[in-house]
Amino acid sequence: MTDLQGRLAVMETTCRKILLGIACLGILAGSALAQGELRFCLRSEPKTFDPLQVEDESSGAIRYLTGGVLVRLNRQTQALEPELAQSWKVSKDGKQITFKLRSGLSFSDGTAFSAEDVAYTVKQLMDPALHSPTGDTFRSGPGNVETNIISATQISITFPAPVAGLDRQFDQVAILSAHSAKKEMAVLGPFMVSDYKPGSTVLLKRNPNYWKTDAQGRKLPYLDSIKLDIQPNRDVEMLRFKRGEIDLINTLDSEYFDKLAATSPQLVHDAGPSLDSEQMWFNEVARAPLPAYKKTWFRSANFRRAISAAINRDDLARVVFRGHAQAAVGPVSPANKFWFNARLKPETHSSDAALKALQGEGFRLENGTLKDVGGNAVVFSIITNSGNKYRERMATMIQEDLQKIGIQVNVVTLDFPSLIERMTQTFDYEAVLLGLTNVGLDPSEQMNVWLSSSENHQWNPSEKTPETAWEAEIDRLMRAQASSADAKKRKESFDRVQEIAVEQAPFIYLVNRNALSAVAATVQGATPVILVPQTYWDADRLTIEQQGATAAK
Amino acid sequence: MSISRTNIWRGLACAVLLLVVSASLAANWLAPAGYAKQYREAADASPSRQHWLGTDEIGRDRFARVLYGTRISLLLAPAAALLSTLMAALIGGLAGYLGGGWARCAMAVTDLFLSLPWLFLLITVRAVMPLNVSPMVSVLVTFLMLGLLGWTSAARVLCSTAGSLRDSDFVRQAKASGIPGTRLFWIHVLPNLKPVLYAQFWISIPAFILSEANLGILGLGVAEPMPSWGSLLKELEGLVSVGEEPWKFVPLILLVVVVTSFQLVLSKQDEVAA
Repeated sequence: MTDLQGRLAVMETTCRKILLGIACLGILAGSALAQGELRFCLRSEPKTFDPLQVEDESSGAIRYLTGGVLVRLNRQTQALEPELAQSWKVSKDGKQITFKLRSGLSFSDGTAFSAEDVAYTVKQLMDPALHSPTGDTFRSGPGNVETNIISATQISITFPAPVAGLDRQFDQVAILSAHSAKKEMAVLGPFMVSDYKPGSTVLLKRNPNYWKTDAQGRKLPYLDSIKLDIQPNRDVEMLRFKRGEIDLINTLDSEYFDKLAATSPQLVHDAGPSLDSEQMWFNEVARAPLPAYKKTWFRSANFRRAISAAINRDDLARVVFRGHAQAAVGPVSPANKFWFNARLKPETHSSDAALKALQGEGFRLENGTLKDVGGNAVVFSIITNSGNKYRERMATMIQEDLQKIGIQVNVVTLDFPSLIERMTQTFDYEAVLLGLTNVGLDPSEQMNVWLSSSENHQWNPSEKTPETAWEAEIDRLMRAQASSADAKKRKESFDRVQEIAVEQAPFIYLVNRNALSAVAATVQGATPVILVPQTYWDADRLTIEQQGATAAK
Repeated sequence: MSISRTNIWRGLACAVLLLVVSASLAANWLAPAGYAKQYREAADASPSRQHWLGTDEIGRDRFARVLYGTRISLLLAPAAALLSTLMAALIGGLAGYLGGGWARCAMAVTDLFLSLPWLFLLITVRAVMPLNVSPMVSVLVTFLMLGLLGWTSAARVLCSTAGSLRDSDFVRQAKASGIPGTRLFWIHVLPNLKPVLYAQFWISIPAFILSEANLGILGLGVAEPMPSWGSLLKELEGLVSVGEEPWKFVPLILLVVVVTSFQLVLSKQDEVAA
């Protein structure tokens, strides 16, 4: 009997141990989702932690990971989704937006979130003394922005003039706390800044008060922390990725992509054409210090179209970007699902057609040299920024393409400040090859490029009145789309802008680079997309597979 | 025994330089494809019978580019060295010979030039230059700038040497004999500066080759499609990738071999100068 009791006691103890073991494994498996550190590199020092002052990529990354926004553009579907706001409504005139906010939320420091915080953020955002780059996108006309707190969870914001794509603009506005002593360090996003070592790292920790949960009701984010190493050198970044010291590379060069793909194809992701484009344009500034005959060439749409036709874009995409780019069609990349004008087709490359078009303009080919009606040999220079190997290669390939129709191109690489000075101050250049990085999808974000009065109207900046009929038409269409809240009408206007841009070729669009990234096998749930931030757009749902957790599973 | 071994190395260095210069001069025959032709269907290709050193990122024959680049770097670097040595002789030699306020003034200017961040100066000069210059003109301008800015160190050495000569017995004796100053400088001082000038000339050549390479790496040297060692070395920027493509190191190896050869030949000149 005593023996039996003893055996039973041993069995009971053993069972308890087994149950305890199972429970421990369960805890381990469960906590595997709630642990781990994601590591990747920022390519420059973040200039600010104030979300309203963000203008550089690194600060933008921190804002994305820490900031809570009213609405969020889903980087995968390109649709606008509710975040801190449960719902919203834009007035027909496009001047007012009313948000219905979620209740019971709090900032990372425990301060309660309410409509007061939204009103405070908007006030800060539109403060002229702050010069917020994010706020600039809301400045549609003279006058004050008014906020009306309807209740603790409802607020309406009224702008003095219609704001194009008003609701989408709030994707960039991280809400600040009106009452927290921590100011901008109190956040509503999934992570919060925990430590910053200038020149070295930024450590983000999980926000314990983050409001989101997953489908199983578990609190997000899964990750414990994100370690951002400040590393401007891409070679070092690549080496560190290969060694497993970082978990992802957000944007990868095509050369590195291919090298990595050769050894670890499962780690690299080509999400297809991005919003970024590479383009060249001619100097059409009337007061530019150029010979009159060159100004005549550059201001001729037929000349520009002929140059465009003579450039082999497919070769640029295939050779320079190793196939990780697509011949550009126009001002909008096909990656921009809604705003891309699908009626436009890529320019067909044909040296013969280009030469014929030029001959129609009075140019003639003499002993392999193209000459204009005045007998001037067609020679011009293309400037680009030194150190950008892709642009240097593109310029050299364009040089050879144009040589086939008797045009001599001199490729000049300049340091960036000199390049900008020539482009914007002295106008002492003939053609430029540069890229355009598009972060937003909405055409209103391109107003500064297309309006003829704008300083960024690169081919002919700050025109007092439109110098050509087609520029006047673009001005009209851009203003029409910006002042309308009707998406269909806006699309029609902007489609026409794209058509005019292709017909007149003030910009000769070359290629749209693909969005290339690398994600370590240990990162679970990453689905790289074309929109910034490509790899960590859903950082609150990413997990790191831990060795311990794997064993437990 | 050690002297003969040194001579062997010098002989070998001379032979290497001769071989490299000859090959670069014969580039038209050795690499008839030319340095600019783009074989776009074979971009970034590995070495083959058609392309002995493969092709670069836009399909240009690397062997041809190495030969033509060598020609440019090896012909124009000595030209720039000659220019800078002549300027050094004129400024440093005269200042040393005249002495006093002239020497102090010349050396102040030299120190000022030496203190300038010459790389940024070259970048600035390049930025204000006319844009529409042919690649050949860009080559000449690059080396002209190097020559015009590279005389300072040599000028200091020559100033010091000329100063010593000015105080030497034979110059004093010549002065006492009534020989005019200009004649004294050209007939007695300058010939005695020759060994130092030779040494400075030889020292400058590898320095200018490396300077052009530095500018080329920054994209500010010789314009496309003209090759130079600088532009060829730019291929080595991506350290991660070139480890698997050792043939891309050929321009670097050639640069090291040529600069080393110049240094070996130079040691002979140093002895002469001494």
